[in-house]
Amino acid sequence: MEKIGVIDYGMGNLHSLGKALERVAGNQRVVISYDPEELIECDRLVLPGVGGVKAAMNELRRLELNEMVIEASRKRPLLGICLGMQVLLERSEENGGVAALGLIPGDVVRFVDPPLDAVERLKVPHMGWNRVQQSRPHALWAGVPDESWFYFVHSYHASPVNPEHALGSSDYTHRFAAAVARDNIVGFQFHPEKSQSAGLRLLANFAAWDGDGR
Amino acid sequence: MLAKRVIPCLDINAGRVVKGVKFEDLRDAGDPVEVARRYDAQGADELVFLDITASSDDRPTLFKTVEAVASAIFIPLTVGGGVRTCADVRALLSAGADKVSINTSAVLRPDFVTEASDRYGVQCIVVAIDAKRVSKKNQPPRWEIFTHGGRKATGLDAIEWAALMVQKGAGELLVTSMDRDGTKSGYDNELLRAIADAVPVPLIASGGVGSLEHLEQGLSLGGADAVLAASIFHSGQHTVGEAKQYLTRHGVTVRMPAPLAVTI
Repeated sequence: MEKIGVIDYGMGNLHSLGKALERVAGNQRVVISYDPEELIECDRLVLPGVGGVKAAMNELRRLELNEMVIEASRKRPLLGICLGMQVLLERSEENGGVAALGLIPGDVVRFVDPPLDAVERLKVPHMGWNRVQQSRPHALWAGVPDESWFYFVHSYHASPVNPEHALGSSDYTHRFAAAVARDNIVGFQFHPEKSQSAGLRLLANFAAWDGDGR
Repeated sequence: MLAKRVIPCLDINAGRVVKGVKFEDLRDAGDPVEVARRYDAQGADELVFLDITASSDDRPTLFKTVEAVASAIFIPLTVGGGVRTCADVRALLSAGADKVSINTSAVLRPDFVTEASDRYGVQCIVVAIDAKRVSKKNQPPRWEIFTHGGRKATGLDAIEWAALMVQKGAGELLVTSMDRDGTKSGYDNELLRAIADAVPVPLIASGGVGSLEHLEQGLSLGGADAVLAASIFHSGQHTVGEAKQYLTRHGVTVRMPAPLAVTI
């Protein structure tokens, strides 16, 4: 039986994600674990995460999960969600600057407040439903209409160096990378497990994905 | 562009959805999972569950309800009512709530908001503010915080309190006008606007919705980011979908879920 491993490193609550994956996983078993040896055996891995990047990287290292994620990312489908997507990049400017996993070249940067005299002030975190424009075709977009709505909660966003690694974008005073991808790795800034049917469809596509990123 | 959110609010008592006027004359309004599914299908952007169970020893029933709802619908879920300690916050998040709403306990001890948001993140801490107008007609408007369903005055200025709560770590504010609650005469948009202009976090408008026009006014006049309503949805007067169509016609950006080619 194939397995989808959800990496539980103490950064946020995995109830909804687990339930959403179980809903779409078909015959696969959903394993929620912090044991690198159990996780490395899974056929697909999900790296979730809510909170600060420094604590996230510390916990990944403490539980010896950072090496496991890097190792797994070489051969099997890996999905990062929210903070779990941000740590896929090289660095985040959150918490005074933190080195991350470096699987996708680029930085994670904070939303910048517009000038004080701007008509509409920018509220950070960017919290709520926003549209995602698909930057290029990808197996994970199958059956998901372009410009679908997804649920976001974040104050920082990815800024990938290579435009090919941008999989989708959203508009919050400026266009930012709402989804990234490189080979067998994908990352969503939004929460598919909180994005109703469009989100479940993405998770279903991930559960069926062979990791071909073209 | 970020959509304005439409949020049905469900009162929960002993594992059932109930409806009543000002916490009195409660009538059964269905199974929480069924009601949540109905609003989810109508296009609700989030759901707020308010536990109005009088006795605190019935928390396990609430946790079971939250768990059942969170396993059935995949939109954000906020749960409030009787949240007193970090252990309460943790238990609700573990049961599947995405955000927890804190009300009276924040008034009793503002640092509780900081402790909860430091531990679980500002994104999951909503502070509920119940405010009542205390100024006379010809005076500049002033509102105070009330607890115990609007019966107990605290002397706290609502605008200053809102700013303090954000400083303490509230990620979002749920502002209810106790003057308007249950009146169907619309939100207190002056109150909403005063708070919206004073704080940098999202604001959920609550209390007084009797028509779809009121929803629009809470967003345009009140400057809210989300509108919460109970009776206009529970009574069947309007669906969430109708509310969103109305808002769209009036130039408000809302999420209109596209029917997917493949159902999950």
